Amino acid sequence: MNNPSAASGDGQPAPSSVSRVVLSAADIERALTRIAYEILEANKGGENLLLLGIPRRGFPLAQRLAAKLAASDPAIDPAAIVGQLDVTMFRDDLAQHPTMAPRRTELPASGVDGKTIVLVDDVLYSGRTIRAALDALVDLGRPRAVRLAVLVDRGHRELPIRADHVGKNLPTSSSEKVRVRLHEIDGGTAAGDQVVIEAGA
Amino acid sequence: MRHLLSTEQLSRENAILILDTAQEMSAVGEREIKKLPALRGRTVVNLFFEDSTRTRISFEAAAKRLSADVINFSAKGSSVSKGESLKDTAQTLEAMSADAVVIRHWASGAPAQLANSGWIDAAVINAGDGTHAHPTQALLDAFTMRAHWSKLQGSSSVGADLAGMRVIIAGDVLHSRVARSNVWLLRTLGAHVTLVAPPTLLPVGVEHWPCEVSYDLDAALEKGVDAVMMLRVQAERMNASFFPSAREYARRWGFDDARLAKLDALNLKDTIIMHPGPMNRGLEISSAAADSPRSTVLAQVRNGVSVRMAALYLLLSGEMREPAAAHHFPAAPPVKDHS
Repeated sequence: MNNPSAASGDGQPAPSSVSRVVLSAADIERALTRIAYEILEANKGGENLLLLGIPRRGFPLAQRLAAKLAASDPAIDPAAIVGQLDVTMFRDDLAQHPTMAPRRTELPASGVDGKTIVLVDDVLYSGRTIRAALDALVDLGRPRAVRLAVLVDRGHRELPIRADHVGKNLPTSSSEKVRVRLHEIDGGTAAGDQVVIEAGA
Repeated sequence: MRHLLSTEQLSRENAILILDTAQEMSAVGEREIKKLPALRGRTVVNLFFEDSTRTRISFEAAAKRLSADVINFSAKGSSVSKGESLKDTAQTLEAMSADAVVIRHWASGAPAQLANSGWIDAAVINAGDGTHAHPTQALLDAFTMRAHWSKLQGSSSVGADLAGMRVIIAGDVLHSRVARSNVWLLRTLGAHVTLVAPPTLLPVGVEHWPCEVSYDLDAALEKGVDAVMMLRVQAERMNASFFPSAREYARRWGFDDARLAKLDALNLKDTIIMHPGPMNRGLEISSAAADSPRSTVLAQVRNGVSVRMAALYLLLSGEMREPAAAHHFPAAPPVKDHS
């Protein structure tokens, strides 16, 4: 998945017959609900939490998690604890790819100082995006702690990074592709959300 | 696109990509740590054969915010004053493995010569050549206008162009590379441009440019306008008598207090006044106009750093050994990979 052009067809039903759905919309929903409770448990409540989604699909996941946190803890304002953290300029592979346009970094007014940050992304693979995210975060301030929540952990780590909250551990071969479809980004209906594994081309 | 030489060939798609990237870069200037690591280890040479303060420090700030190493070179006090040719200077820079050359030159076409001659492998950014082009200035002007225009329409500026905006560019069009670059870029972005100048300060062939031409600033203002850009009267290029006296110029083509009041009288409350700097206060722009809330002069300087960061980032990041014809600007922003 290190080739950006390979992700251009993201979310579309794969034309090949060798793709299979590993998480349905209901599975994603349940996984996020569990992660939300895990986040509250690990943090001993909802105080000082900040969810930062990594573009593009981490951001809607962070929004969904925030809504679930707010549902179980009425003291939480879901809009005030979600942000987006762009890592493009911190990547270590900028020179290996065609130019990548940076995306927006948006933080809630509270900033990151002293907060417990939960980085949210869709797929955890080599760990390099998270490495970039940690560097990006350091330039924004000094969080009290940083945790990582991902929808899918597909293995093949290249850096000593692991997720604190995982929706589903998915053993894959590195030739396979994991496609996450979320209606906020890819259009369609909420019931069409899914995670698909495609055999490598 | 490997070089940024003029705005004439810049496609709408690439122009908007630069402006959108500049938008993201502008957020960096407001952070506590005003630095991104994107160009770490790359070398940017500022090659200035003509005096400039604001453009050079703007490029220097932009390169440094992206963590590039910056080497400043000015013709004064260098081997150029001993008679070194552009070719030899370029090859010296090549030998020092510069990744980008930001060049300002008094001769129109010097950046294009540098980019196309094969003397040098680096990306070339034109920072103003003779009376030809100044693309980053035009881009920062367009960025400033776009921020204003989309705020008026209550929409997001990302991805937007300037369709429907009415722009007056007034002053010394003949010598102005800023006016030329702006005319081309604003046409690409869909704005309607009117040039206003004394007949002696309009170039031959201006009737073929994609804009209207007028000799009467008041009449042009009365037709309605969203942005007025005043050009500097370039005293260093006024070696012929283009107008009878400075006072007459200020009265007929300068943006004076009376014209500032006129904007209010015409109910053009949202019209902005722009100037690329440095200003000749009292000549082409009055102090009251330059310091009024309508003036975007300082916003233009601030946006200049963001736009130059965007240009440097888009030209210098990406595959290092990409063939010149390949897509340095991808059509669609690629999707972040999973890792």
